[in-house]
Amino acid sequence: MNTDPTPLIEMRGITKRFLGVPANRGVDFRLEPGEICALLGENGAGKTTLMNILFGYYACDEGEIRIGGERVNLSSPRAAVRRGVRMIHQHFALVPSLSVLENVAVGQEDHRLGFLDWKAARKRLLELERRFGMTLDPDAKVWTLSVGEQQKVEILKALYRECRVLIMDEPTAVLVPSEVRELFAMLRTFAAQGNGVVFISHKLHEVMDISDRIVVLRNGEVTAEKQTRDTNARELAGLMVGRDWPARKERSPRAPGRPALEIVGLSATNDKGLPAVRNLDLAVREGEVLGLAGVSGNGQRELAEVLFGVRKPTAGSVRIGGAPTRPGSPTAVIAAGAARIPEDRIATGLMMDLSIAENLILENRRSAEFRRRGLLDHGRIREHAGRLIGQFGIKAAGPSTAAKSLSGGNLQKVILARELSAGPRLIVAAQPTRGLDVGAAEFIRGRMLEECGRGAAILLISEDLDEILSVSDRVAVMYEGRVVGIRAVNEITREQIGLWMSGVVP
Amino acid sequence: MIRLRLEKRPPLPDWAKAAIPLAAVAATLLLAAAPILAAGGNLWRSYYYLFYGALGSRVNLLESCVKASPLIFTGLGVAFAFRARFWNIGAEGQLMAGAIVAGWLGIALPIPSRLLHLAVIIGAAFLAGGLWAAIPAWLKFRLRVDDVVTTLLFNYIMMHVMGALLFGPLQQPDSSWPQSPEIRATAQYPVLVARSRFHLGIPLALVAAGLVWLIHRKTVLGYESRAVGANPVAAHFGGVPTSSVLLKTAVLSGGLAAMAGVGEVCAVQHHLLMDLSPGYGYSGIVVAMLGNLHPAGVVLAALFFSAVSVGSQTMSRMTGVPSYISEVIQGLALVVMLVALLLTEYRVRVRRGAGTGGGHG
Amino acid sequence: MDDLLSLAFLTGVLAAALRMATPILFATLGEIVGERAGVLNLGIEGTMLMGAMTGFTVAFKTGHLWLGVAAAAGVGMLLGLIMAVLVVYLGLSQHVSGLGLTLFATGLAMFIYRLVFGSPVLPPTVEPFRPVAVPLLARLPVLGPALFHQYALVYLSWLLIPAVSILLFRTRAGLRIRTVGENPLAADTVGINVHRTRTVSLVIGGALMGIGGAFLTLAHQNMFLMDVVGGRGWIAIAMVIFGNWSPAKGALGALLFGLLDGLQLRLQAVGLHVPFHVFLIIPYIMTVLAMISVSRKASAPAGLLKPYRREDKGG
Repeated sequence: MNTDPTPLIEMRGITKRFLGVPANRGVDFRLEPGEICALLGENGAGKTTLMNILFGYYACDEGEIRIGGERVNLSSPRAAVRRGVRMIHQHFALVPSLSVLENVAVGQEDHRLGFLDWKAARKRLLELERRFGMTLDPDAKVWTLSVGEQQKVEILKALYRECRVLIMDEPTAVLVPSEVRELFAMLRTFAAQGNGVVFISHKLHEVMDISDRIVVLRNGEVTAEKQTRDTNARELAGLMVGRDWPARKERSPRAPGRPALEIVGLSATNDKGLPAVRNLDLAVREGEVLGLAGVSGNGQRELAEVLFGVRKPTAGSVRIGGAPTRPGSPTAVIAAGAARIPEDRIATGLMMDLSIAENLILENRRSAEFRRRGLLDHGRIREHAGRLIGQFGIKAAGPSTAAKSLSGGNLQKVILARELSAGPRLIVAAQPTRGLDVGAAEFIRGRMLEECGRGAAILLISEDLDEILSVSDRVAVMYEGRVVGIRAVNEITREQIGLWMSGVVP
Repeated sequence: MIRLRLEKRPPLPDWAKAAIPLAAVAATLLLAAAPILAAGGNLWRSYYYLFYGALGSRVNLLESCVKASPLIFTGLGVAFAFRARFWNIGAEGQLMAGAIVAGWLGIALPIPSRLLHLAVIIGAAFLAGGLWAAIPAWLKFRLRVDDVVTTLLFNYIMMHVMGALLFGPLQQPDSSWPQSPEIRATAQYPVLVARSRFHLGIPLALVAAGLVWLIHRKTVLGYESRAVGANPVAAHFGGVPTSSVLLKTAVLSGGLAAMAGVGEVCAVQHHLLMDLSPGYGYSGIVVAMLGNLHPAGVVLAALFFSAVSVGSQTMSRMTGVPSYISEVIQGLALVVMLVALLLTEYRVRVRRGAGTGGGHG
Repeated sequence: MDDLLSLAFLTGVLAAALRMATPILFATLGEIVGERAGVLNLGIEGTMLMGAMTGFTVAFKTGHLWLGVAAAAGVGMLLGLIMAVLVVYLGLSQHVSGLGLTLFATGLAMFIYRLVFGSPVLPPTVEPFRPVAVPLLARLPVLGPALFHQYALVYLSWLLIPAVSILLFRTRAGLRIRTVGENPLAADTVGINVHRTRTVSLVIGGALMGIGGAFLTLAHQNMFLMDVVGGRGWIAIAMVIFGNWSPAKGALGALLFGLLDGLQLRLQAVGLHVPFHVFLIIPYIMTVLAMISVSRKASAPAGLLKPYRREDKGG
């Protein structure tokens, strides 16, 4: 079918920065008619950002985009859809209370004097379903459909508008294996008609299965481009995570002590009630850094929340310092001597309208240290804050400054200061340096290692493999709610980690 | 085609935040000039009489204070709730709950000591208003029922409860009017300034403002209440028992609003009657917002609106501009304050033409 | 007691119920249109009062009742537009903006009325709408006089129930309104202008609220009193929830409310001393219960209360 010589998509020199931090750097990307191209990379490699630019969500800072050879300026998703490009996100843009037919046709309804006329639309929808082997009832309400069926509605929306380029962001994350097979068949049919598909994923075997060509992104740059038939999963794993070892952080050597954190048979569900952590066992000893790697969405968030005390596990136990903790109680975890660095510092970590000083006493607000005759003593609270501001190098006008006036790095330092000020025996840190500049990230890691040298145990949950390799004593990898591999850092290769992360367990 | 576009702006310095309510008042008075001019009023004369009428003579000044007392109470109640993000629109109903209890106990309890009688009334009324506010709060955190609509509906439920009582057990015998008998002398607030209506409720309101400040600033409960309002997720993460904090906040909020009702029954009317409040509960929302949810701000905003309310009578007499201008000013002030708060976080850019945003590509 | 069971009494109650339900019905339908597009309009109470005042004033000055109704609708549209600027374009809190609009419109209505009419000892009156008997149907026993000897505006409100239903569920505009209310992002990506759709919905809703207000001063009564709306706007908000955002069920709720209201009025009229306030509490309690059950089903438009700002997503 490759009769059209013009590429469907051509992106040249795309650069996009978020608050000065580059997410894409001079990326070139092209998509030919009839082709399924996989975008492969770790979280934060810039895959989704690049495609969001193509879909008109984000405006790029530099570079140009051509669709069907014509240079375009995509100011909104609407503009992209008009030009035949449609992206299907992990969160579907559907209206649950409307029927399949209504969801598909809205925006392009047939009507007579404003009154809807479904006849032609229904016929066309059924014709599309037949061609792509679907059997959805056009009148079924979308909320009654399974996630896989809802994804089909999204695809039908694109087909109905005669889209030529379909971008699918991690489409298999929500599907069961039989649905994955159906999806792949559909995508092949679609591509065979001279259209193009961009398939964003980090599951290697799926990428090998579905794609014609693979583009690997790392740190916002294209690091490799391969025809699928010329490569294999092992090579891709290496390309995805890189081969260089980061510089190890210097640390005074010490003997690991007693277990500070013991997780036994832990299971937990996610917000939708689906299993996210499955029968997980893990232990971290005093004076040890355990790096937990993995692609996001494999249960790390839920695991962290259970350890933080804000999510109730469905089974299993968590012991901190040898004693069992009451599940689902932040207070119990704090009392057991755990410091917690949440993944989303603004949504979970801080109260942006309150002052730095007030944020710093969140966990020990009842302590006698801050009270005089039963009332809060703001003099001492400010003193306490002033001390921590100095110790942690927080750049702020003063203790009474509102948290919202701080930069990202300083916000994270406030959380770190709050959590470390009590001298914890365990630190659970989720993505502690995500989105921070190099200096702030280095400081945060250094501060945590200092605590470790003092004897604290650290569980570092991170998607940044370099970070994990530079500070961890042992590395574990989480995949689909389980720890699929764990090994001392000097006995492991990046390739092995990449394979574990991609679900390839030897 | 003109498009509005909002862009986040860097946080403003603290002095600018303090200036926002003042700017809002200025903008409100500017906007209120339109109806005044439409009514044929001379602007300067009108505003002169508006403020002269409120502050220019001893009688009017004291009367402004009398009007400010219930506004301070409802304003404090609303502000306390809003700080914790409990959207209590039900101050009017909580006020009535307090008034009903004050009227009932004021008539029924034969307590010879005024101090004791008033203490019992205040305590019971506070509790009644607090419980009336606690129900929507409970529905909010237990069943996720929208608090704005429930508190609003609860106003009308309480209004009809009051109606049922005033046409029933609390009605003055031999009367067909929905009014209770006069409360006992021991249940009446003392008048503090001779030849005026300046009563105990006014210093009480100021004391309440001081207490609210103290609770917010100096107690763990106040800290937790503000933490929940600033970010309930972070507060929960930090071990704050958010549900119980919300419930306590609601009780305090409703209790404060109930004090406005006690003042109206025990000091102003000496009866329980249907038209007790000209919407003090709703005005309390404006007062709280304009006062930036701060107790001192609430006191100042309440004084401003009571002055406008009292002064508008004089202005009406002298210039013929209807006194309802004070209600117009209240409504405008709320909307203007909302826009002003938006402008502290966003810049509004006006662009012409269709969407031309996007990359430089 | 015989009095209570007489046919005349029943007819009277039913007729009163339908009359009492009409302004709430208009307002409920208006509120449904806005909420289906994702905007809770708490300006409803003030919009109704402005409608009541404007309708009365225009009818008084021109002598044309229908001109008054049209003016009330126009004022309602204008207030809907103001609401749209605040919550759709500026993205301000729907709750506080709506309350602000109600306070402002309430003050303005009383202000303008006083400006136009001064403070006469007796409130000025208009010659109100007269009931129109529907030929033949009006002669049905019991139901005839109750149902088919009503004001033209009552009949109009009945016609509006299917009309709003058809608008929402059978027309292109309605499909788009519902899409915008449920998932503005989905609407945006298929080329629907979210802000414009919400604005138009608020304007249509405002018109209905205005007419509901005018009914109070041009048919239900023949004068304007400051408390003529008396919380009916809030009742409409409640009826929208009670009726699960469906025009037909919302109408049923309004009718039920009218029935309780009509019953207590008739009972008072026949001199029976009942605690009629207890009757009036029932709809509120029912609404709160309805809200509790709704909160579990989450059948409110998913986009309700959320401003839509695509620009926020940009980096």
